[in-house]
Amino acid sequence: MNFLLLAAEGATELPMAVSSGTNWFLEHAWIVPLLPALSFVIILFFGKRMPKKGAEVGIAAVGLAFIFAVITGVAWIDHRDNFQPSPAAEHAVVIDGSVSVGDQVVLAAAETPVDGVAAEGTVGEAGAEAEAEHPTVAIHKSTTWLHNNGVGFDAGILVDGLSVLMLFVVTLVSLLVHVYSTDYVAGDRGYTHFFAFLSLFTASMLFFVLSDNILQMVVGWELVGVCSFVLIGHWWEEKANSDAAMKAFLTNRVGDTGLLIGVIILFFTAGNGSFDTLTINSNIVNGGVSHTALVVAAMSLTAAVMSKSGQFILHTWLPDAMAGPTPVSALIHAATMVVAGIYMVARLYPVFFEGMQIGGSSINLLAVVGAITLVFGGLLAFVQNDIKKVLAYSTISQLGYMAMALGVGAWTAAIFHLFTHAFFKACLFLGAGSASHAVHSFDMKKDMGGLKKWMPHTYRTFVVASLALAGVFPLAGFWSKDEILSGTGGWGLFGGTGGNGSYTFMLVMGTFGAALTGAYMTRVIYLTFHGEFRGHGTPHENGRRIIVPLYVLATVALLGGLVNLPPGFITGNHSSWQERFGHYVEPVAGYFPHIAHATPSYSLAIASSLVAFAGIGYAYWYYFVKLDNLAKATGESLTELPDGFVAKSGVARAGHTLLVQKYYLDHLYTDIIAGTTKGAIARAANWVNQNVIDGTVDLVGRTSVKAGRFTYDKIDQPIIDGIVNASGSASNAAGDGFRIVQTGKIQQYAALLFAGAALLGGVLVIVLSL
Amino acid sequence: MSALFAAVSTTAPIFVAQNVFFGIIALLMIVSALKVVTTSNVVHAALWLVLVLAGAAAQFILLGSEFVAVTQVLVYIGAVVVLFLFGVMLTRASMGDDETVASEKRSMAAVVAALLLAVMSIALIDSFSDDRLVIDQPQLVTTVADSIFSQYIVPFEAVSVLLLAALIGAIVVARKD
Amino acid sequence: MLLNQFLLLAAVLFCIGVYGVLVRRNGMLVLMSIEIILNAVNINLVAFGALTDNVGGEVFALFTIAVAAAEVGIGLAIVLLMYRNRRSIDLSEADLLKG
Repeated sequence: MNFLLLAAEGATELPMAVSSGTNWFLEHAWIVPLLPALSFVIILFFGKRMPKKGAEVGIAAVGLAFIFAVITGVAWIDHRDNFQPSPAAEHAVVIDGSVSVGDQVVLAAAETPVDGVAAEGTVGEAGAEAEAEHPTVAIHKSTTWLHNNGVGFDAGILVDGLSVLMLFVVTLVSLLVHVYSTDYVAGDRGYTHFFAFLSLFTASMLFFVLSDNILQMVVGWELVGVCSFVLIGHWWEEKANSDAAMKAFLTNRVGDTGLLIGVIILFFTAGNGSFDTLTINSNIVNGGVSHTALVVAAMSLTAAVMSKSGQFILHTWLPDAMAGPTPVSALIHAATMVVAGIYMVARLYPVFFEGMQIGGSSINLLAVVGAITLVFGGLLAFVQNDIKKVLAYSTISQLGYMAMALGVGAWTAAIFHLFTHAFFKACLFLGAGSASHAVHSFDMKKDMGGLKKWMPHTYRTFVVASLALAGVFPLAGFWSKDEILSGTGGWGLFGGTGGNGSYTFMLVMGTFGAALTGAYMTRVIYLTFHGEFRGHGTPHENGRRIIVPLYVLATVALLGGLVNLPPGFITGNHSSWQERFGHYVEPVAGYFPHIAHATPSYSLAIASSLVAFAGIGYAYWYYFVKLDNLAKATGESLTELPDGFVAKSGVARAGHTLLVQKYYLDHLYTDIIAGTTKGAIARAANWVNQNVIDGTVDLVGRTSVKAGRFTYDKIDQPIIDGIVNASGSASNAAGDGFRIVQTGKIQQYAALLFAGAALLGGVLVIVLSL
Repeated sequence: MSALFAAVSTTAPIFVAQNVFFGIIALLMIVSALKVVTTSNVVHAALWLVLVLAGAAAQFILLGSEFVAVTQVLVYIGAVVVLFLFGVMLTRASMGDDETVASEKRSMAAVVAALLLAVMSIALIDSFSDDRLVIDQPQLVTTVADSIFSQYIVPFEAVSVLLLAALIGAIVVARKD
Repeated sequence: MLLNQFLLLAAVLFCIGVYGVLVRRNGMLVLMSIEIILNAVNINLVAFGALTDNVGGEVFALFTIAVAAAEVGIGLAIVLLMYRNRRSIDLSEADLLKG
């Protein structure tokens, strides 16, 4: 058996669990990125001469890659369940350090094999759970790319649950986006070019998720960034678009600096001169790495996550990136590229878990960044009129959830949310694209409204995806969001949830974010699909190439949550259906830290659902009831209450006028209530409803919109953008200074060159003679 | 010249004639080179350059590298200088008005060159003051040929491709259309 | 003979060549100065070859001569092109490279 199991020191440590593979599809997972990469080359060189201008090559390649990814997924499931490390192997080979045997890298941290003693109390739940499950055996194949001065630069693949999941998500969304694009960008000048770069993007992302070492991850990361730049600036003739592309690229560079610093630190400390992810992770898990180095590395990598995954304060590029074609927004800025940062954290989780001391704590950088981002992004979504910008801020907010989940130790929850979010957010983006394709605008207030009548398919799928995003039971978003909230460990009622620490602040922010999510999605649905049409001409539903991807994504959004039912939800014969996702995706191996798993809580699920429904309900009442009635009464198509709290200056006056202006609502309420329960109680209830509940709801709404406006106007625009602009002008000024030297006269340049060489040579002579 | 006198005081066999010739040729080369970079007449500069190149060929003979010396004469004096004269003719370059160079540019260049010379001299004297050359017989052309066509065959082929590329490049750059 | 006398001669020639490259305005004269620099390098190569009794020094000097010939060809072509476009080969007028 070409399998070597290597053990780490101590009774509670898990075996390293790395194999060179047992299944053809798992061993050859590199074919998945290769297919779109080939397609990129073919489209670039021959695309224009093809009958469908290269689109058919892209779809075929990504389709094949998708089929391959599905088979790989099935193979992984079989491998996870049935691949038992043989007992003999447990004591068989123990090699110190890292030794290459053929194309297989064998890792070991220490000489002592596992002695089979059960977990000690120090590790507790995690250890006990880990003992209960047999280890996942990752497939690792690598080959030496180049060798220099004793340092080997490898290239290879690391196939485990996480990478297989990403293969599936990326290829599925990419395939649907390809199909969708054939209609959406049809007739565009850069049609072939567009498909070429969609393929390259897919290939880069797949390459990134299969990386077995951090250097390869950097390469994939940058490739993804370049594709993003090209695709955002697809319509570069308009200055705004090329500016947005530049902004995305440059903002990402800021974080990339952090990534490079982090990678270098890991190379020298945790990797002991190796870039290999497994070596780094297992060294950290075994505790042989300086904590200070890990703190610095984790913070540098957090900067990278902040830029790539649009976390506050480096998120500003993401809304601007909506300048790209909508399929690009769906593929890159919702489902795949922006989760590269999340994936990187998940892949190098020991760095963060140990570096930030996630276990047993109640606050850390990653969790705080995520928590702030999720609320901040959610608030900003309220004041946007562009439908794609609402979705962009929503994406930022949801990425905040993922970062927060990783920050509090809820690894599986974060990845699960990544999985569900990819589908419903892609569905929302494509739906928004479908609507805007019909009305030729993205402005909800000016050119949309009432589209429900003309675009029933888009409407249906959009609503399903919105409900999934808002976390309505039993759609996908509910399960993943609930799991994140449980994972914070901040819920103390009815026995609590356990987890890695007590992150109460994160729980509060997450729950508040759920309410915001529900509210802004309700607003979007009303403004886009309800009321009267405000645009020009007659919109019409799009063709099948746009509708079918929407339905596929909506179906996944509807059912996707069922793959990770919380334990205890189903009992009896079907109890093996619970937590399948975590079982297959989360590594149980020596390269993964011992994280504690939270137990789901019914009380928390109900409470968070109530909060989410409160958000939806409030927005529903505001738009579907109050605004709609007013619109019908005045015969106009309204987007905001003309006298709503936004139009008011003073809070008191606003509240007063609001109460006065509830005429139509009054009417409705009076009719309903009077029609059902007459008498004093009804009137009293009505009074309470009017004055107390409405007042509270209004106050909450007013505050959140004000907060949203405030953060947008006072923080986001002047400060964050200001900093970005200031750095731009600083480099501009520096450039002006250096311009003096740049006379354009070659001989002056040559003089400077020789003088510099002479000075450096002089320094060398002096140093050598010392 | 100090190197010349230093050589006398050592114990190794000294070929005085070689040293004397070296001194004469070196002086000639330096003076000619200075004329090349200072003369105002382009044609004169080309002719002074011939002297520098010929001096270099003579130094190669002193170093026992006859084949290189012959190649130097053939390629440089025979081809390159003629090429230069053709260039002068084709560009109808002004024959005597290159003297308008600003004085600060001159002094800047002189400072840079002097700095470079100082650094190199210090480094050379520091590193190689003990090494002496004993050239009792010239390097055989067969040795050079054997070496080029066995050990250095790949660079040789690369140079041939380079020459071809330069040929095509020169035509493409200079043709009139 | 000392090795250093050749090396120092080469250094002096090199610096004279550098001076010429920096000072000359005429493109032809700059090219000539570059030839002086290349010859200085060749003297170094051959001298070191003689010191170590290694034929590699000579072989590389030959390669340098070949490369120098190519360089002169291209350089003159560029100067000709410049002359044709601007009716002048004054390098101080070619300052379009400024930032």
